[in-house]
Amino acid sequence: MSQLIHEIKEAARDFLRDGEDRTVIGFEQGSLPLQSRPCFIRKENDLERLVWNGFCKNNLAGYLPKRKGKIAIVVKGCDSRALVELIKENQITRDQLVIIGVACNGMIDRNKIEADMDGESIVDVEEGEDVLTIKGTNSSKVFDRKEYLYDHCKVCTNPVPVIHDILLGQRDSNTPQAPVNDTFSDLEDFSALDGKERWKYFTEEMNKCIRCYACRNACPMCYCPECFVDASRPQWVGKSTDLSDTMIFHLMRAFHLAGRCVGCGACEQACPMGVDIRKLNRRLQKDVMDLFHYKAGCNLEEKTPLATFRTDDSDSFMVEP
Amino acid sequence: MNESGQWKPKIIAFLCNWCSYAGADLAGTSRIQYPPNIRVVRVPCSGRIDPFFILASLQNGLDGVLVSGCHPGECHYLSGNYSARRKFALLKGLLEYVGVEEGRVQFSWVSASEGVRFAKVIEEVTSHIKTLGPAKILVKNIPGGSFDVSAHP
Repeated sequence: MSQLIHEIKEAARDFLRDGEDRTVIGFEQGSLPLQSRPCFIRKENDLERLVWNGFCKNNLAGYLPKRKGKIAIVVKGCDSRALVELIKENQITRDQLVIIGVACNGMIDRNKIEADMDGESIVDVEEGEDVLTIKGTNSSKVFDRKEYLYDHCKVCTNPVPVIHDILLGQRDSNTPQAPVNDTFSDLEDFSALDGKERWKYFTEEMNKCIRCYACRNACPMCYCPECFVDASRPQWVGKSTDLSDTMIFHLMRAFHLAGRCVGCGACEQACPMGVDIRKLNRRLQKDVMDLFHYKAGCNLEEKTPLATFRTDDSDSFMVEP
Repeated sequence: MNESGQWKPKIIAFLCNWCSYAGADLAGTSRIQYPPNIRVVRVPCSGRIDPFFILASLQNGLDGVLVSGCHPGECHYLSGNYSARRKFALLKGLLEYVGVEEGRVQFSWVSASEGVRFAKVIEEVTSHIKTLGPAKILVKNIPGGSFDVSAHP
């Protein structure tokens, strides 16, 4: 791990020395254990702040839209896919970027760890390859890293960045380099329920939502200058506390990400109420794969599915009297 | 509800100006009978339909939504209906996934010469929505709690 951090710092140092008006976007230690936070570095002296560990959960691609100057960005697999989509949508140019790709082992869900600490506060953490040793105020506990990953990390099919200028941290050559298609096995249980049960689940989840729009703010693909929820002419979504307004917000948020969502889980991480937001996005990812054979963020050439069409797309869902 | 207390579905039909609306017109001038439950909204193209229109219709208590446009390859704007087809396929899947009944929201192709087909589409959509009953889910502000889970048919 320390070797990896050293390599990231070296790559960033080379980049900063190369010219003027340059920014490195990476992670630094947060103010609490188990938290790393994004940082922006412009001077060589500040490079010591950079860290890399299992808590670098944020999707840094979200900081890129319309940013000026040269940027070096540290990316995981999911961040790199968001980057591809952003480049395709002309939010940033490839020439501006130096992409420091880091092969990801999955990010650790702090909430899951805290839930299993029996109320003890976390003081320190030691991260091994497969286990985490967490020091609480009175005792220390060992956690299996794999079990405490974020849900979206558990189903991640390409943890290695799809585009990069430098690739670091590749542990073994068996990890797939090219994007692998998803099986969406995590959706099977829910899809097997009948409509009433699914509606019940959806209603319960929507009931938790306080409409803070943190999911939208955290999403790297949500960069519209004016979001539909903020528009008042026309007012697409009502401002009332009626649940239908919340539902329409979530349905449309997911729909606007159809064929663009890279499954980085930023929305769910940002949600203060624990709403199962990814349920909707996952379904759309699956439909986009089944109907249009497209996985978001995998290459720079393929057009986003809703920006194009094929004359032989399926008509099977339509009324045929 | 009509005067006799019997429920009749209210269905909004978004028809494209160039094909389906003309198809409806032909059905009318040819005196073809079809159920009177639809309210027609004329739009320039099926590609003009934003998913918001469909959700807003459901939210306002309409029992069904039909969107109809030109057959593939016959769009007045060349590709509006192809783009629409992709959007609709995803939207229909998403709505049914969260529990909106299958058939509340429907899509069809009807050309300007297909008055008979238009009548058949309306018959089929209306009879399907009659079997579903009044819309209860996604509806805003129905007294008595529109989000009572047991209200799902």
